[in-house]
Amino acid sequence: MSRYVIQRLLMSIPVLIIISIVVFIVIQLPPGDYMSTVQAQLQSLGGLTEDEAVKVAEQLRHTYGLDKPLYIQYFVWIKNILTKGDFGFSFQYRKPVADVIWERMGWTILIASLCHLVSTLVGIVIGIYSATHQYSIGDNVATFLAFVGLSVPGFFLALIAMYILAVKVGVEAGGLFSQRYILAPWGWGKFLDLLSHIWIPIVIVGFAGTARNMRVMRGNLLDVLNLPYVLTARSKGLKEREVIFKHAVPNALHPLIMYQGMVLPFMIQGELIASTVLNIPTAGPMFLNAINTQDMYLAGSFLLLLAVVLVVGNLLADIVLAWIDPRIRYD
Amino acid sequence: MIRKKKETKTVNIIEAEQGKSYLQLVWRRFKKSKMGLLGGIIIVILAILSIFAPFFSPHDYMEYDPEKAYCPPQRVRFVDADGKFHWRPFVYDLKLDIDPVTYSRIYVEDTSKILYIRFFANGWNYKILGLHSNLHFFTVEEGSIHLLGTDRYGRDLLGRIFLGGRISLTIALMGAIVTVILGSTLGIISGYYGGVIDTLVQRSIEILQSFPQLPLWMALSAAVPRTWTSLQVFIVMVMIFSFLNWPTLAREIRGKTLSLREQDFITAIKEMGGSDSRIIFKHLFPNCLSHIIVVLTISIPELILMESTLSFLGLGIQPPMVSWGVLLQGAQRIEVLGLYPWVMLPALFIVFAVLGFNFLGDGLRDAADPYSVKRS
Repeated sequence: MSRYVIQRLLMSIPVLIIISIVVFIVIQLPPGDYMSTVQAQLQSLGGLTEDEAVKVAEQLRHTYGLDKPLYIQYFVWIKNILTKGDFGFSFQYRKPVADVIWERMGWTILIASLCHLVSTLVGIVIGIYSATHQYSIGDNVATFLAFVGLSVPGFFLALIAMYILAVKVGVEAGGLFSQRYILAPWGWGKFLDLLSHIWIPIVIVGFAGTARNMRVMRGNLLDVLNLPYVLTARSKGLKEREVIFKHAVPNALHPLIMYQGMVLPFMIQGELIASTVLNIPTAGPMFLNAINTQDMYLAGSFLLLLAVVLVVGNLLADIVLAWIDPRIRYD
Repeated sequence: MIRKKKETKTVNIIEAEQGKSYLQLVWRRFKKSKMGLLGGIIIVILAILSIFAPFFSPHDYMEYDPEKAYCPPQRVRFVDADGKFHWRPFVYDLKLDIDPVTYSRIYVEDTSKILYIRFFANGWNYKILGLHSNLHFFTVEEGSIHLLGTDRYGRDLLGRIFLGGRISLTIALMGAIVTVILGSTLGIISGYYGGVIDTLVQRSIEILQSFPQLPLWMALSAAVPRTWTSLQVFIVMVMIFSFLNWPTLAREIRGKTLSLREQDFITAIKEMGGSDSRIIFKHLFPNCLSHIIVVLTISIPELILMESTLSFLGLGIQPPMVSWGVLLQGAQRIEVLGLYPWVMLPALFIVFAVLGFNFLGDGLRDAADPYSVKRS
């Protein structure tokens, strides 16, 4: 087991290296850089002539090392991340990327994890109900809702939520806190205020996730319930509840766990969209802004961090699977 | 509670012996899935509406009309304000008014002006499949009819949604086709030849799958220069879609090829001197085809969702090209939503299309392998 874990860990290192290179290339792809944006701004708003603006932009490029060859820029970026935890400088926010990203990433991961938790629990419960009551009204309703959940684009759900809350109900939608709590110190009032805001993205993002989990769980459990050992359990005279919860459900959970590694990024994606629409100050709006203004280190660091989350998530899912399912053997 | 699964295996084998072709067997099982049929019908309707968009649009969807900005959807009626019944459906003309409370511009129905709907009547000129015509499915004699309202420039939303369907559906279809070509080719090659090629393809798959899809997609789309024409952007979008999407299919096809490769009939072909290309194209590919078609149908809805999300965020298709996502850009601001909620309507078509393809894919998945025992 420990050998398998170490092997998997070692295998993920080259993957991460290649990912970091690809990320760096992708953020370099757009023509021009942030300094050309600055140059354009200086010319139109600052009233500088073209020569002067070009000069300023060149100076800035020199200061931030953007005039060096690409591979040197890459190595400097990676070296600083690994040795100092320094992800570069965000031109847009005028402070280190690390300062900008951690708080927003924190919120994103918090919301995504909560969605994950809610959608897993609810999805499994509904899935079990649907599978044990196949073709009943409840099952049909759940299956239909699951189809809808997978068919409605996340941003549209967010739009509808915003519309209903703001226009029909008349509460403030969007953001994480009400105006008066944004700068307030933490306390019960602020916490309750957070709860009254955070459920909106959780419901929006969790809907699609719940639908997925429910469908997977329903399918798996139906398959397992058809296996001979369930028949054996029944013919031994076990209660139906015991047959389902002690014998069938644990085995139906495996495929769900296998795909847990993919779920967190899926939730983060959903959160990105929902928070962009609802204007919640998490990583979503920040990333969209960063790629639009070519704030390359900010966008790149975010992509890199997400990829790391994904690789680690897959690793954990594999390890958990090997741990709970003794049938799986790795050499 | 738990019903016994139906054993249809024996029946199918007998029928296969009676000489029913694979397609007949697939169709036979597909017919039984009501949801699959429903999905198919939805897709066909959406496709017809999009292809013949100008025919189904009573007004020119490109024409600006500031006088008609943000018209609300008009109700089709049979009974007029006096309670009189009309045999021909009609709408009331709209006139501008000032809201007595908020003093903002609103449209009210002018119950003195009845506009009868005419079917298969002449209207604005358009060109379709190289033919000029001015025939429309429905239109009104004078005035205007906006069944789904208008956008901020006074363009008819109904027509624009049909027009947007063209791009949204084509981009998803093309993306899915390129994905399938890339995925099945690489999958079969990697499974059949093994060795260095296999390792190379497998590692690329691993790396591509280690990326958070949507953010990478956003970054790549943002890299498309703003100066490019909408057609170039369209092609690049298709390429990005398929580039990021092929790994899943390639992995599955590789697994299938690996198991097929060891089977007797492939060995027999090799013994008889059949070339690699013959084995790949005449035997491996057809054997994977049912799976490939299923993946094709289920990756289309994903692409529709992705395209609309990207276009909604302003990173995908660029105006003047119109897709459902582009249309929804108009619904980004809460003030607009509150006053003119009908700008959200294009999303309903996205939902219909995605639901349709999902139903179809589900039905096909069950039907694609008619020799198997039907699950549950």
